[in-house]
Amino acid sequence: MNPHVPWEAEVVERIQESPTIFTLRLRLVDEEARKAYRFAPGQFNMVYLYGVGEVPISIASDPQDTNLLGHTIRAVGRVTEGLSRLGVGERLGLRGPYGRGWPLAAAPGIVPPAPCRDAQVSPEAGCWKRPALVHPCTAEAEGKDIVVVTGGLGCAPVVAVINYIIMRRERFGRLTVIQGVKHAEELIWRERYAYWNTLPDTQVLLAADHGGPLWPWHVGLVTEVFDQAEIMPERSVAMMCGPEGMMRAAVRNLTERGLAEDSIYLSLERNMQCAIGQCGHCQFGASFICRQGPVFAYSQIKELLGVRGF
Amino acid sequence: MLEDAPDVNRVFLPRDALQRVLDALTGSGFRCVGPRLKEGVIVYETLADAATLPQGVRDRQAPGEYRIEQVSSPRQFAWANGPQALKPFLFAPREALWRVVRDAEGRLTFREVQPDVKPIAVIGVRACDLAALALQDQHFLGGAYPDPAYAKRRENLFIVAVHCSHPAATCFCVSTGDGPRATRGFDLALSELDDGFVAEAGSVRGKLLLDALGCSAAAAEQIAQAEDEIAHTARSQSRRLPGRNLRDALFANLEHPRWEEVAERCLSCGNCTSVCPTCFCSSTSEQPSLDGGRFRHPASGDTRASLHSGDAEHSREWDSCFTRGHSYIHGVVVRSDTRTRYRQWLTHKLGSWHEQYGRSGCVGCGRCVTWCPTGIDITEEATAICGEAPG
Repeated sequence: MNPHVPWEAEVVERIQESPTIFTLRLRLVDEEARKAYRFAPGQFNMVYLYGVGEVPISIASDPQDTNLLGHTIRAVGRVTEGLSRLGVGERLGLRGPYGRGWPLAAAPGIVPPAPCRDAQVSPEAGCWKRPALVHPCTAEAEGKDIVVVTGGLGCAPVVAVINYIIMRRERFGRLTVIQGVKHAEELIWRERYAYWNTLPDTQVLLAADHGGPLWPWHVGLVTEVFDQAEIMPERSVAMMCGPEGMMRAAVRNLTERGLAEDSIYLSLERNMQCAIGQCGHCQFGASFICRQGPVFAYSQIKELLGVRGF
Repeated sequence: MLEDAPDVNRVFLPRDALQRVLDALTGSGFRCVGPRLKEGVIVYETLADAATLPQGVRDRQAPGEYRIEQVSSPRQFAWANGPQALKPFLFAPREALWRVVRDAEGRLTFREVQPDVKPIAVIGVRACDLAALALQDQHFLGGAYPDPAYAKRRENLFIVAVHCSHPAATCFCVSTGDGPRATRGFDLALSELDDGFVAEAGSVRGKLLLDALGCSAAAAEQIAQAEDEIAHTARSQSRRLPGRNLRDALFANLEHPRWEEVAERCLSCGNCTSVCPTCFCSSTSEQPSLDGGRFRHPASGDTRASLHSGDAEHSREWDSCFTRGHSYIHGVVVRSDTRTRYRQWLTHKLGSWHEQYGRSGCVGCGRCVTWCPTGIDITEEATAICGEAPG
């Protein structure tokens, strides 16, 4: 099978989340492809808009729902603007899943061993050929406390993991969700955060640089709410995505609290054209973000994280 | 592998036997491609007649400079290299990956584009380019997603190597360990002498071809002369990288002032990445068919129009880390200046390649030095940044 060629997918549902953010729920048209498709939270698909091109979009839905794939997308460029105008029943292209997701793979019977297009990897292969899903320094999240940190609009990949944990609540310890936004009105899924905060053993801490009417959460920097979090470093795994400056500040904060560098995971973004480790665009040092990432343990990327130009 | 017992395996091909090699390859279905002098540059072109090889042609290369000279000599391979390597024959500069057809109901049908691949025999491949070929094989074929077009072309490639006897001033394959002798990856390898070639086979089909020519074994003095010329070539190279593995030295010097300094000379034109035989970056683009306006961009807001039928082609073409678009991501250019682009190129080429492919991405061909319009010399920059690093 040619790895560059997408499958056809159909828009089954379209949800407007905010003026610029929308969710598409997609079904692969080919039944065999649909049956074979498996993914892990944190992985992404290449989504193709007819006549325009492809973009990498993380998968926001639950891995057990193999019928419909959810993508929450912000309309920022040519492809995503066009995708935002697709209606129910319209078709697009999709290939994936790609990359390594969050370190949840230890959970038995939940996450399949490997995504369907990524199975044939020789064990003797070098570092970039390591099979997807296997993190070289996997801190198994199951049984641990989870700290999810996100900022700006980069929330979709971690919302997928939050939903994943909420649906399997008994398998994980305490869940702390920390999110910062610039303006209060940028926060999508506000009701979900409020709902999560009512769940046992779950703490939600939101911060907006600029609050607004009826903003019940903190006004100020997201790092300021860390003090309110009850984090037990030795039994916690952190997962974060969003602007790299925010993530670096959060890593500093968490490591100062005693979290091990191998227990902090970050989802990175770079230009991607092929998603299969060939086009060279997403390289971050020696890593192809589409292959060894997008989720990395902090220890893997700390050498270059924050160095301008990488 | 044949080095262990060179004498028994080497035959002497009189110069006129080269035409018989071309004929035999053509007869086996290969299109022969070889060096031709064209517009003052040695390039690979279709080669049917051995008499059209660049006889008596010498190249004079220096940073930012490539000149051809004509001398009186029977030799046809007495030059170092031209701007092309094997790369364009395998990793096409531009090619369609797939096409999609949209029917009147908006349904999409995706079809891969099968490259039209015909067997090619390349004559005159140098050791540096064979080393680069091995690296491109690793990149395009070694991972979880082997590239179908590259694989197909690779299977249809026959290689006649020529051991280098006339290096350019820009060559430094000795310091990267990749030349001047072709040691692997060829079907046939030739050492050029004045009256012919000492030939060795590197594959079964190469051996069959040699045997079919019915040439006699090379004489000891012919072999000795061939060896002398290779050894002399190795000794005559003056450029070198300051070490085989510069990974740690480069990443320890990411804020070295030299990056700023070289950025003032670098035009960010991407010539170096185009001529580099190992650079593998590509970008994809989409070309909707020009079918009289039946197609409308969905962003136009006319969703009815977007359901009209038509087709589109998805292509990839070589890209360069020196372009602005290479690091663009939703509104941000990660490498917005030349300093960070040159640093990306060099730290990748000489640094992170070691982690990715187990060796440096530089094979010492010197093309980036020659074809840089401002004559930036990778060996000089690496030395300025790394010092005389160990490794």
